Amino acid sequence: MEIPYNVEARPDTGLYNAKLGIWLFLASEVMLFGALFTSYILIRVAAPEWPHGYTLLNVPMGMTNTIILIGSSVTMVMSWASLMMKNFEKFKLYYGATILLAFAFLVIKGFEYAAKFSAGHYPSTDPFFETYFTLTGLHAVHVIAGVIVNIYLWGPGSKMWKTDPERFTHRIEVAGLYWHFVDLVWIFLFPTLYLL
Amino acid sequence: MDILIPDTLSLIGVSMSDSHAVDVKKTVKVYITVFVALMALTVITVGISYFHLPIGAAIVIALIIATVKGSLVASYFMHLISEKKIIYLTLGFTAFFVLAMMFLMMTVYSTQPVIR
Repeated sequence: MEIPYNVEARPDTGLYNAKLGIWLFLASEVMLFGALFTSYILIRVAAPEWPHGYTLLNVPMGMTNTIILIGSSVTMVMSWASLMMKNFEKFKLYYGATILLAFAFLVIKGFEYAAKFSAGHYPSTDPFFETYFTLTGLHAVHVIAGVIVNIYLWGPGSKMWKTDPERFTHRIEVAGLYWHFVDLVWIFLFPTLYLL
Repeated sequence: MDILIPDTLSLIGVSMSDSHAVDVKKTVKVYITVFVALMALTVITVGISYFHLPIGAAIVIALIIATVKGSLVASYFMHLISEKKIIYLTLGFTAFFVLAMMFLMMTVYSTQPVIR
């Protein structure tokens, strides 16, 4: 039996099922990161003193990662647009670029973490690094999860383009929504942690 | 950005069968414009941080810029500028519960003695 509404929209929601599904998932993600942001505010307000992020963190590295992640969001949406234009080769190019940019983000994050550890800064050091490692660590886990999904859809998963191109385009749209959310979270994390 | 909205609307929400290459190309231009705006705002927010403004002003400015950037990503890359009602409803509930959670935690913090 075939799962209904994979491609066509449900009459009651006006959406194919996966799209509503990803938005419900993203709603739960908003609650997760919302709770952590609230915790950050409380910990910061309660602390007798709080260092400026730019005195402890590497702003140029953080800014580079911001540019990389925004760039990956653009390549992601361009890959979806390529499928809408029925250009599979361009899709492969843009989607591959999205994956490479995600790896670049993680490598830079890895260098940042290594520099902090070698300077003796750990999550247990103080409330600043406790919140820094928790928020950026959880975000990095989301990036890694996105990379795994994107690699599958770029490689073996892309065979679906030949058999069911419309469903495959929907899959890329859903993966894109998740990826843009990861970008959106970083857009708030960067100034909060690095610049204030 | 107002003049860009109709172009975006023409593509988003349509199935592949009724989409047109011309519309997609117009939408691609919107994506590039948004990308440039996001880059500029990133440079501005970092540039302002080098002025070392008082923390209150710095927080307000940084969060305003982040909110504008986030809105651009959500509106254009995530297509929220022209979505179905049920998605707006879902996000409305989410916003309500996030704000309620923040309000409750802040209220508890401000009314209870802090144990250090």
